[in-house]
Formats: sequence, C-alpha cells, structure tokens
Amino acid sequence: MTPRPFQVSASRRETEDSWTLALEPADGGAAPAFLPGQFNMIYAFGVGEVPISISGDPAAGGPLEHTVRAVGPVSAAICRARPGDQLGVRGPFGSSWPLAAAEGRHAVVVAGGVGLAPLRPVVLGALAMRQRLEGLVLLCGGRSPADLLFGPELEGWEEDPRLDVGVTVDSAGGEWRGHVGVVTTLIDGAAFDPARAVAFVVGPEVMMRFTVEALLARGMDAADVYISIERNMKCAVTQCGRCQFGPTFACREGPVMRFAEIERFFRVREL
Amino acid sequence: MPTRTIDQVLAELPTFAGLEPAYLELISGCGANGGFEAGEYLAREGDRADSFFAIRHGRVALEVAAPGKGPLLITTLGEGAVVGWSWLFPPYRWSFDARAMEPTRVIAFDGACLRGKCEEDKALGYELMRRFASNMLDRLQATRLQLLDLYGEPAAG
Repeated sequence: MTPRPFQVSASRRETEDSWTLALEPADGGAAPAFLPGQFNMIYAFGVGEVPISISGDPAAGGPLEHTVRAVGPVSAAICRARPGDQLGVRGPFGSSWPLAAAEGRHAVVVAGGVGLAPLRPVVLGALAMRQRLEGLVLLCGGRSPADLLFGPELEGWEEDPRLDVGVTVDSAGGEWRGHVGVVTTLIDGAAFDPARAVAFVVGPEVMMRFTVEALLARGMDAADVYISIERNMKCAVTQCGRCQFGPTFACREGPVMRFAEIERFFRVREL
Repeated sequence: MPTRTIDQVLAELPTFAGLEPAYLELISGCGANGGFEAGEYLAREGDRADSFFAIRHGRVALEVAAPGKGPLLITTLGEGAVVGWSWLFPPYRWSFDARAMEPTRVIAFDGACLRGKCEEDKALGYELMRRFASNMLDRLQATRLQLLDLYGEPAAG
C-alpha cells in the first residue's frame, strides 16, 4: 500500500488540459511490467492519489507512461509535475485487454476523449501482431480537434496502411477536414466483419453505452465486446469498496470487463 | 469495368438496401449520377429543395452560415449517407448548406419525381418514409449525444 517514489523523466503536453508523463523509479530500479489496460495509483505528494491508466507500450520497457487529464485537484497536481519532480506509484492493478482474443479476427478499438489513453497500448500491441489480425480499426471521438490526444502519433496512424482510422469531433471550425459527429456514427461504415471482430471500448460511460449498442446493432456479439469501467477508488486492492460494481470491483475484475458479463449491471442507473 | 446502373448502386446504399428490385428500378428512374468538387455546394440554405443526394464517395459538410463567423459546421456525412430531407415536406426549402469537403460522387434524385411515385404507389411511399424516418432517428440520436458534450466534464479526481 506504500507508494514507490518515481521521478518524472519527461512530460509532454497533449491538449490544453492533458499531459503525458514518463515516470522512472527514483531508486534506480526497473519499472514494473504491466499489461495493456492496467492502471497505477498515482500519488501527488500532499495532495492525494488517483487511479490512472498506463498509456505506454508494455513491450517497450523503460519508463511508465501515463496520460492524465486535469479534472480535479489531484490530477491537476499530477499534470503540473515536470522532469525531476517526484510522484508516488502503486501498481499495476486490474485486468487487461485480451488482445489475443483478436487473433485471426478484426480488432476494433473505439475511443472517446481521454479514453484513447488506456487504448494506446492496445493499438501499439495490435500493430505489433498485425500479421496475425484480420484487420485493425481505430475509431476516435473527441470534443474538438484541439482535444484529440497523441496528435502526431494519431496522424501517423491515419497514414499507416496497417490500420483503418476514423477520427471525429463534436465540433470544429471550417479548417477541419475530418468528420464532425459522435463516434458512434463511424461504426456503420467501419471496415470490419462483425461476426469476426473483437471490440475494445473506452470513453465516458454514456458514450460507451451507445457505442456498444451500435456495435451490437452492427451484428457483434456482446461476448466479443470489452469495455473499461471507471470508478472512484481509494485502495485499488478491493478493501475500500469504493469501486464496487455489482458483485465485482473495478480494481480487481476491472477496469477491463467483458460486456456480456456485466451487461445487466451496466444498465442499472445508480450503479 | 462494366458500368453499373443506378438501381444496382442504390441496392448497396443503406437507405435503399433490401428494397424490392421493382422499387429500386422505380426510384432509380428519378436519379442521376452527379459529382461535386471540393468546396462546391450541393445545396444552399433557403434554396428550393427540389432534390436530395445519396453519397457514393466523398464527404459532405452540413453547415449554417453565421455573419461574421463564417460557416458553422454541424455534422459531416460520408459514403452511403443521404443528404436532404427537405424535399419531403412543404415548403421544400433547404434548412442548411451542404458543401462537398472533398471530390464527392453522388446520385442526385429529383424530389418531385419521387414524391409523385410515392403518391401513385402508397406501399412504396410507406416503405421509403419508414426508411427516411429511421435515418432521421439515427441522425437525431447522434445529434443529441453531440449536444451532451460527453467529453467535456469527466469525474473530478
């Protein structure tokens, strides 16, 4: 339960309120291994601790990468950290994206807003195993062009023939050449066979609900759809109960969950 | 490559897919292939809505002109989408500007011609209305989600 001190080795501004931080153990040891979709509890000393998904490439080794949006005092303090500053890290915790389930099938990644951060390891992992996939589709929704994460990397993915990328924003000026509209509007036209696809979805819960409905309407099976549940949590080790989701805990069974297994809880309004 | 007839193309567009071949032939009688260069307008707000378009390739922006601000982009429509509902209802005026964002190929339909065929064959009229209503529902729901500004304020932490 004691956070391990990590030093910020690099920070990169993604959008007006989001930063990607590279963290290395302050004791000089190795950063822990992790799986795509897992999260760490990041502690801004003297302010507080929040769960943040790991946005780096699990295969790359090296520093831990976290992409954080400043939405409250703790996340704002983490975003203010600069190279040389220290943050506490506990983890990694939670379940991971079952990328192997997409072998021989289409991997469909649907991200809304900062939801692209926990899905970046999936995209990188899927690209690494691209020859074993039937297809790879990435659909991204954002508030505006300026709010899209990983700008240069996303542009690179758009040019990469190994994956089909659709990017859409809720609002844009006349200079924007991409789609305008919610991310669900990209699903019907996306290049995948719903009978042979596995979907990985992250975003605000309302967006995920409508995205899952659109994927099911397209013909996907609920057993082939995975979502990442976000809940407030304190301990990340099932003791505080803050992240309880029906009979499960977002910190243990989640954050990545198979939609077919949580469908009945997902539709409970107050859960 | 053999040239495909309009009814063959229509059969692959979501709004018309699954229609009886006789209906596809009837509807295609009111359609013609067309194209727009990037920046060209398919329709302008306030103009008479004599037609509507099914996008074969390309992308179209629906916009509203705002003095001093330039066009305000509402949504974009891509391959397979239908542009224009105003031909269905009086006073048959376009509500928005429709601008090709890139070279765009369409099937352009004569709205009055199709309305006439729907009047003559009520079953066709019902089927088309049902499909357009479904199309409008999808667009309305997407617009509602867009209005929610879902990415704006996540839970604080």
